Amino acid sequence: MRWIAEVHVQLRPGIADPEGLTIASGLRSLGFASVKQVRSGKLLRISFEADDPTTADDAVATMCRRLLANPVMEVASWDLRADEEPASEERLA
Amino acid sequence: MSTPRIAVVVFPGTWSDRDFVHVAGVLGWEARLLWHTETDLGSPDAVVLPGGFAHGDHLRTGAIARFSPVMAAVEAFAAAGGPLIGSCNGFQILCEAGLLPGALLRNDHLQFRCDWQWLRVERGAGPWLADLEAGELIRLPISHGEGRYTADVMTLDELERTDRVVLRYVESTGAVTPDANPNGSMRGIAGIVNDRGNVLGLMPHPERASEEEVGGTDGLRIFQSLAGWLADQPAAAERRL
Repeated sequence: MRWIAEVHVQLRPGIADPEGLTIASGLRSLGFASVKQVRSGKLLRISFEADDPTTADDAVATMCRRLLANPVMEVASWDLRADEEPASEERLA
Repeated sequence: MSTPRIAVVVFPGTWSDRDFVHVAGVLGWEARLLWHTETDLGSPDAVVLPGGFAHGDHLRTGAIARFSPVMAAVEAFAAAGGPLIGSCNGFQILCEAGLLPGALLRNDHLQFRCDWQWLRVERGAGPWLADLEAGELIRLPISHGEGRYTADVMTLDELERTDRVVLRYVESTGAVTPDANPNGSMRGIAGIVNDRGNVLGLMPHPERASEEEVGGTDGLRIFQSLAGWLADQPAAAERRL
């Protein structure tokens, strides 16, 4: 069956995030004076096939460990759900 | 002394490959470009991972390049003690491949920085730096947007304790200061080597400072170090027989 994993890749706490600092400064300039911190990251939506939830979850864990996050400075977390809608390239675009 | 032979790896998006080949040519060396899908290095004396944007630097710098077919042979070459240098994007790839510790992140000021940079040699040893003296200052170009060397404190302390931080960003006086640091690298680190010293990763570009007409020749000394080191290695000559 088909699955969709939404993988969030974030910098580890304590790793400087100049992009996040700049965005925070932009939000404060916009009038949101209460913004204390912004941490930037990546969202990757992955559509793939696996037989069951355990296999699917293991696959995502391996993807994160081998490629999607660099453990030196990043951590990954993900949400996994069965993809029940008909396959369409456009839908994923 | 036999002519050094280098293999220069080319990934889709690499841009400093021909500069390395040019300098090798000026020195009378043999240089071969090696497309990233190749799996046989062809017994070179040294391997170069040049600068650029391998595979577009998508996901992270060097992250996809690490899985290019050529990298298994490059890793085996380094594991056998072969001299391997990664400059700029090449340094990023070496870190992603786990051949050097740490990672290179977005410059702290978020700008791409293209400039001449003073560096202090922290240790002159191994194939790439044998002709340089600890404490001397050299000037090389930098050209990168993601050069902020980052590692955990334990790794940084271990690198320093084992003399593996070989180049640091400095002022023209040799002082390590925040102003001299072009990207926010931890402890001003510009270049490191592996535990055996045969793998060098550095953000600056020695190949762009190897002729007077481009503004400096300090980079040439890294090539000359290699030539001298190879001449002292009977194994390098034997590999070709």
